Amino acid sequence: MTVQLTHFSAAFVFALFASIVFGITHRESARDMVRYGLYCFAMFLGGVIVAGWAMWLLRR
Amino acid sequence: MANSSGGKARLADAAPPVSMMSVVAPAVGWLIPGAGHLIQKRWVRGLLLLVSIGTLFVLGLMMQGHIYKPNGGDILDMLGFVGDVGAGGFYIVTLAMDWGQGAIAFAIADYGTKFMIVAGLLNFIAVADAYHIAIGKKQ
Repeated sequence: MTVQLTHFSAAFVFALFASIVFGITHRESARDMVRYGLYCFAMFLGGVIVAGWAMWLLRR
Repeated sequence: MANSSGGKARLADAAPPVSMMSVVAPAVGWLIPGAGHLIQKRWVRGLLLLVSIGTLFVLGLMMQGHIYKPNGGDILDMLGFVGDVGAGGFYIVTLAMDWGQGAIAFAIADYGTKFMIVAGLLNFIAVADAYHIAIGKKQ
C-alpha cells in the first residue's frame, strides 16, 4: 500500500505532527503546550508558504 | 581542600536522583514512542506522542521512503541511520520485515525518507522529556 501526498499536504502533515511533539516536549503546562504547538505549526506552514513564494520570485 | 569537598557536596546536591523510573522510562520510550510518558501516567501526552511519531514513521514507509541500515560509508547515510534508529520498535520491525529497502526514485519517496528520520529524531526528544519527568525536572 502506497500513499501519494502532494508537496503541500506532505508539509502540512509534517508540520502537524512535529508541532504536537514540540508542544508536548518544550513546555510545562497544558495551556502553554497548546499555544507553543500552534505557534510551531503556524511557523512551519508560514515558512513553507514564504519559501514557496521566494522560489517563485527567484524563477522570474 | 574545604572548598573542594564543598564543591563535591554541591555537585551531589545538583545531580538528579537515580531511580528505576529514570532508567526504565527513557528505555521504554525509545522502544515504543510515548510509552515513557504512559508508564508515568501522562496518558494524553503519551498517546499524542505515539500517534504523532508513529503516523509520521508509517506514512514515511507508505510513501516508499528508504530506511537506513548501520553503515560506515557516506556521512549523510550515517546520519540517516542515527535518525531512523531513534524510532525504536518501529525501526526494528521495519528492518525485520525488510521494508523500506527500495531506491529513492521520486520526490515523494524522498519526503518519506525524511519523515522516518524526523520521526526518529522527534522520539529522541520525547525520550529526553520522559527522563525529565522521571527525575522530577518537569511535571
